[in-house]
Amino acid sequence: MTQQQPKPAHIDWISLTLYVVFVISGLLCIYASVFKETNPNIYDMDMNYGKQLLWIVISSFIALLILLVDEKLFYAFAYGFYGITIILLLATFVIGAEIKGSSSWIRIGGFQIQPAEFAKFGTALALAKFLSGYNINFKDLKVKLICYAIIALPMIIILLQNETGSALVFASFSLVLYREGLPGWLLLGGVGLAILAVLALLFPPLNIIIFLGVLAVIVLVFVRRTTLLIFLTIGVVAISSIYVSTVNYAFENVLQAHQRTRINVLLGKEVDLKGAGYNVQQSLIAIGSGGAFGKGYLEGTQNKFRFVPEQSTDFIFCTIGEEFGFLGSLIFVILYMLLLYRLLVMAERQRSKFNRVYGYSIIAILFFHFLINIGMTLGLMPVIGIPLPFFSYGGSALLSFTILLFIFIRLDANRVNELKSFE
Amino acid sequence: MFLVLAFNYQNLIISTLHLPCILFAVMESQIKQKILFGVFLFIALVYVIRLLTLQIFDDSYVRYAQNNVLQEQTIYPARGLLMDRNSELLVYNDNIYDLFVIPEQVKKLDTASFCQVIGITKEEFIARFEKIKRSKGYAIYRPSVFEKQLTISTYAKFQEMLFDFQGFFVDVRTDRKYKYSNAAHIMGYIGEVTEKTIEASNGYYRMGDFIGISGVEKTYEKELGGIKGVRYVLVDSKSRTQGRYKAGEFDTAAIAGKKINLTLDLKLQELGEQLMQNKIGSVVAIEPSTGEILSMVSSPAYDPNLFVGRDRGNHYMELLRDPSKPLFNRPIAAPYPPGSIFKIIMSLIGQQEEVLFPNTEYYCGGGFNSGGLHVGCHAHGSPLPLQGAIAVSCNAYFCHVYRTVVNNPKYPKVEDAYNKLYDHLASFGMGRKLGVDLYGEGTGFVPKATYYDKIYGRNHWQALTTISLGIGQGELGITPLQMANATALVANRGYYITPHIVRRIESRKNPNPEYNIKHWCSVDTSYFPVVINGMEDVVNHGTAYIARIPGIAICGKTGTAQNPHGKDHSIFFAFAPKDNPKIAIAVVVENAGFGATWAAPIASLMIEQYLTKKHDTRPALVERMVKGNLTHKPILNDSTATKTSTH
Repeated sequence: MTQQQPKPAHIDWISLTLYVVFVISGLLCIYASVFKETNPNIYDMDMNYGKQLLWIVISSFIALLILLVDEKLFYAFAYGFYGITIILLLATFVIGAEIKGSSSWIRIGGFQIQPAEFAKFGTALALAKFLSGYNINFKDLKVKLICYAIIALPMIIILLQNETGSALVFASFSLVLYREGLPGWLLLGGVGLAILAVLALLFPPLNIIIFLGVLAVIVLVFVRRTTLLIFLTIGVVAISSIYVSTVNYAFENVLQAHQRTRINVLLGKEVDLKGAGYNVQQSLIAIGSGGAFGKGYLEGTQNKFRFVPEQSTDFIFCTIGEEFGFLGSLIFVILYMLLLYRLLVMAERQRSKFNRVYGYSIIAILFFHFLINIGMTLGLMPVIGIPLPFFSYGGSALLSFTILLFIFIRLDANRVNELKSFE
Repeated sequence: MFLVLAFNYQNLIISTLHLPCILFAVMESQIKQKILFGVFLFIALVYVIRLLTLQIFDDSYVRYAQNNVLQEQTIYPARGLLMDRNSELLVYNDNIYDLFVIPEQVKKLDTASFCQVIGITKEEFIARFEKIKRSKGYAIYRPSVFEKQLTISTYAKFQEMLFDFQGFFVDVRTDRKYKYSNAAHIMGYIGEVTEKTIEASNGYYRMGDFIGISGVEKTYEKELGGIKGVRYVLVDSKSRTQGRYKAGEFDTAAIAGKKINLTLDLKLQELGEQLMQNKIGSVVAIEPSTGEILSMVSSPAYDPNLFVGRDRGNHYMELLRDPSKPLFNRPIAAPYPPGSIFKIIMSLIGQQEEVLFPNTEYYCGGGFNSGGLHVGCHAHGSPLPLQGAIAVSCNAYFCHVYRTVVNNPKYPKVEDAYNKLYDHLASFGMGRKLGVDLYGEGTGFVPKATYYDKIYGRNHWQALTTISLGIGQGELGITPLQMANATALVANRGYYITPHIVRRIESRKNPNPEYNIKHWCSVDTSYFPVVINGMEDVVNHGTAYIARIPGIAICGKTGTAQNPHGKDHSIFFAFAPKDNPKIAIAVVVENAGFGATWAAPIASLMIEQYLTKKHDTRPALVERMVKGNLTHKPILNDSTATKTSTH
């Protein structure tokens, strides 16, 4: 079975190069954001980038390992990995360490790992395996429900751990399901519900319901009325009304105070430059003051003098924005899009459904992180603590993204073998 | 391997069978791929546009970033030094060491050795920290005062062990230090600016800045204070200094305060304060030719060093509560009835008004009698001409003089004659502020015609109604500074230069042009010699014989001013030498009796000190003066202060 070892030529060097570029840039950004010219020892300055460097070494080692093992391993043990991540997630309730109000960490030696990060690839593998199974048709209700269950299980556990951000990432699997047959209108409906949710938070629910009702009447007046359409419209309005009321209720009663504040600040209902709004304000100042070409590496004053909290982790994009300016930010966005595009191309060229579903899972996860993380630093999204893949400081995240990506590169490298064996 | 093949084989069959179906699926998946990537690009585009607005179009963030990191730090200039007229240093700046702590940075502190160095117990240490934590504006990353004003030895010990006490540091500031305990009222003191001053200063003064509160420190604040410098530094999010802004390009250096030479003669001042100890009163000595104040004693005095250091506030309150009012600057603010020394002024005005001539004689039979009015006098030869009347200080004589001045038939009304007298007095600097460069100068009190109108009714009063004015009694109130200034005027034969306390600012001599102007009084120079001869007689063989110094021609006049609050005030004013006078002096000792008993000897000793640089020729007199304690009597409510308030 010589073809089990992928030849270098079969590895997708484009995505691999982008990965290397991102990880190295990320390390430089972390260095910049914890760097201090004077008294470097007082605040243990070398801690973060030193640790990150160690994690990069570990990640590289594991990436190499992934490239060397039999790709069937991932298929064969997909549910196994899923199971392990679920167990780890549950374990946090027992042996979890509480860090920054979240109990999602497990302490091992000097490092903490966050099982929630690893749950992403566990879920991706399980979903891919399930959907690629023989005689599986996504159109079956049973199949759909199992898919939802695979996604929902880790999501709920993570939600219970108080890691709203990480839990939300699992919503990105809906893109995978869309590729695999979930109708587009469902996704659109989902987006519509999101918009309705925002409206529900901005305006009193009754106003929205009245507005929807008026809208429905107008639509029915101008459109050729069929019985189905009338019922459909009434149904939509009714469901929307219930939904809007529920969202409003949930906002007031289910969400925690700090989450409510964050959302209110984002919606412009609250001005809070000391609390939740401070992060965003300082982030905007950092990025905005970068100008066209930035202040230069290690020259960002916002960055150097610690005005942006969590700069080495969730707000790492501020470093790019401030020190490399618009040009640097643009290059970053282009490279990130390039990676997504490359992964899309790779996903579509897979012969095996397992590979493809898995590939789309990565694409969805990476995109979702981009959407939320960059949007958050630009003040367009609520402050939800999720890292920027490959850039943010954090061992679990880096390791998880590395594994996620390299399994796909490994699977993709074998595509050639499959083709050969097929011929 | 076989399995895989089989699997693929099966796939192949399915594919061939459902080729159109698969083709459709491929097409559909390609569309989905494009839709997805379209969504990605759309989001990327939105973010790029956002970046464009933030980074390129909107430049307000650059400003925000600068506001975040730029901090303006004030550099305090050294305050100007004060010296006496002979460049003897009086006031300088001393470093004070405040111990600060940044709680966040305190690590591995050896509390025991720390407490030992600072000199506190462990309990105090804990209590101190608790207090700091409760104080306003406390933050774990910000410096808080741990101990104010360490002693120099503690500071030295602390510096040695600084490395062991992480999180603690000493900030050096300067405070005033007074080399001598003299002239407190003149030098004044500094203290923290008030909110009102801060508002009025257009942002120059900040909370906690020091500013002159009284004395020269206040009047010459601009010169002494210097100009604050500014240093721009970069700070981090917790206001910790991170470095200079643009290598100090926009910084400005502090300009130190100017050195000021006072007109004071320290030796004379020391003697004056020594002689006045345990007495209440004032001494003012002026150089007649320049108006320079050589000495100005306000008794009781206080040690200016009480206004330095951490007990500043307590000392201030103590002094404020002291019933003898040590903070009250008597020489420039307290009005006294001048008593007999006023006769000198009346002699001059009488001559100017041509109702008195050197040979005018009045009979005195133990006093002045007119109608039912009687003003007593002591026994002396009679009748006497002007010079003789001055020498014996005849009350009757000067009542007559006053009557002739006020009831002068030259003027159609008494009111007009009185107003003329008022104008003459004003030209002598009485009843108004002279314009000394010290804060808190009083006007004294010379009643106007309208004042008597109110009491007696218009045209219902004349010289006899107000006769006590003629001998310097009654409502009259003259400050010691005004008395000394009038003496200087007599010494100058007709003019005075506004008394002042600052002689030189840096190298600029006589910095205030208004202190070069001769203010001529309304009495002609030719009327002075006879009066001055009379004053010489006062010392040589008159009421102030005790003040005589062989070889020095002193011209003086005693005064024993009655006051409604107690024993008479002992007053004396004099100048010397008679020709080319170098010093004019006025001494007031409250509730001390005859002018010759206390005031004249004190003035005499001070004249001797100033002219001969020694005062040891009459040790018995010095001892009597120094040891004389006039405050053991119950201290009456400050007569002068109540007098001021009734006016």
